[in-house]
Amino acid sequence: MIKHLRSAADLDAETATLILDTAGEMAALAGREVKKLPTLRGRTVVNLFYEDSTRTRISFEAAAKRLSADVINFSAKGSSVSKGESLKDTALTLQAMGADAVVIRHPASGAPHRLASWVDGSVINAGDGTHEHPTQALLDAYTMRSRLGRIAGLRVVIVGDVLHSRVARSNVLLLSTLGAKVTLVGPPTLVPVDIAAALEPSTEVSYDLDSVLPDADVVMMLRVQTERMQDSFFPSAREYSRRYGLDVPRMRKLPEHAIVMHPGPMNRGMEIAPEVADSSRSTIVEQVANGVSARMAVLYLLLGGKA
Amino acid sequence: MASLRDTHIGNAQGKTVLSSADLHRVVDRIAHQILEKTSGATGTVLLGIPTRGVPLARRLAARIHAFEGIDVPVGALDITLYRDDLRLHATRALGKTEIPGAGIDGRRVILVDDVLFSGRTVRAALDALNDVGRPSSVQLAVLVDRGHRELPIRADYVGKNIPTAQSENVRVSLAETDGGVDEVRLSGSEETR
Repeated sequence: MIKHLRSAADLDAETATLILDTAGEMAALAGREVKKLPTLRGRTVVNLFYEDSTRTRISFEAAAKRLSADVINFSAKGSSVSKGESLKDTALTLQAMGADAVVIRHPASGAPHRLASWVDGSVINAGDGTHEHPTQALLDAYTMRSRLGRIAGLRVVIVGDVLHSRVARSNVLLLSTLGAKVTLVGPPTLVPVDIAAALEPSTEVSYDLDSVLPDADVVMMLRVQTERMQDSFFPSAREYSRRYGLDVPRMRKLPEHAIVMHPGPMNRGMEIAPEVADSSRSTIVEQVANGVSARMAVLYLLLGGKA
Repeated sequence: MASLRDTHIGNAQGKTVLSSADLHRVVDRIAHQILEKTSGATGTVLLGIPTRGVPLARRLAARIHAFEGIDVPVGALDITLYRDDLRLHATRALGKTEIPGAGIDGRRVILVDDVLFSGRTVRAALDALNDVGRPSSVQLAVLVDRGHRELPIRADYVGKNIPTAQSENVRVSLAETDGGVDEVRLSGSEETR
């Protein structure tokens, strides 16, 4: 088993499948009256969050607590970081406290890789800059598999700000490893021609959402990050929504079985219409529930065995 | 469970202690004993401990059905997350847990496993059971009791007592999990290491 989860590229098909299978068993246990398992008793998991996050942090916290690990939440706000402490010094502090795993979210791409060289415990990337968010890709893959029964051969369309999206990057890597065919769609400013080749050669790029929908098994809408609008990557929110937003007429173009995903938080009416987000095709709420199971699986597989 | 109890070291050495026919007779006998001791298996649930306890539980249920026409609910109880030796080995893959629809509350649960050795698996199973519900009582059925208990645990139904040395291996093969024929083999430590 791998020691760290820094990138979706850390996972080969066998390991990724083991995580998804384990997540399935964890999900089955979540239906019980007593949800707590004694497995990680005495282990310490530190949530080190340098960026705001609700669902990812809460999801990791719930996952660690269900496995009986001790959880220490560390957010940059209100800590020594606001007094200017460096990541390295914070890492050494955590090391001295005996953290068995550090879950890190950081605005700088690559921060988890640096952290892994400073601490003895496992490092789990919970989102670093515009780089990666591997546990999101795992929960997305798990959601696809539980809704559609498989991943190999699925045609997955990822729509939106691919350039700045760590969710897209991790999904491209993981889904390709597991044999899905990924198409990236968005305005040319946000889906550079060479991004697909740089990530994974089998990935395709399209600038026309309507043309790819009839063949899609999965449509994953990415959040439009409001700060990008000021950077003029596209002319206006309205134009973006017209061309790349998933509204009801577009949803009707999808095959009967296709599902609609969104990593959240979503801008209703912008990249996704409320009717679509609340439709039976939407897996958005499921994704949150699956997030806890997927993260339990990762924590168990990284921390459950011999250190 | 393999590395703890060495039930399926991959060689065909050693001597056969239960042949396929013996194993079937033993399962038949345990099925009869369960019917006798539980007055017709009323309010009883069979839970197999993966890997080989699960097919054994299914066989017991099938035999009970064949003898008396009673359908005993069968399920599986994976104990991996409750083991006390997780940190001594590389991470283990999880087995399936399937609790029959009616649950276990107020019922008599019979845990089924292939080999009873240290008793630690059964201890973990009792913990796991505690999180699933509250059975009225818990019993244990094993195909082989090889001794060397490390905890105060005993089986209610034993297929065969096999006196062993600590260093010996008891290897149970079942058609469902191992392919080929059913058998139980005992091999000396010097042959397998």
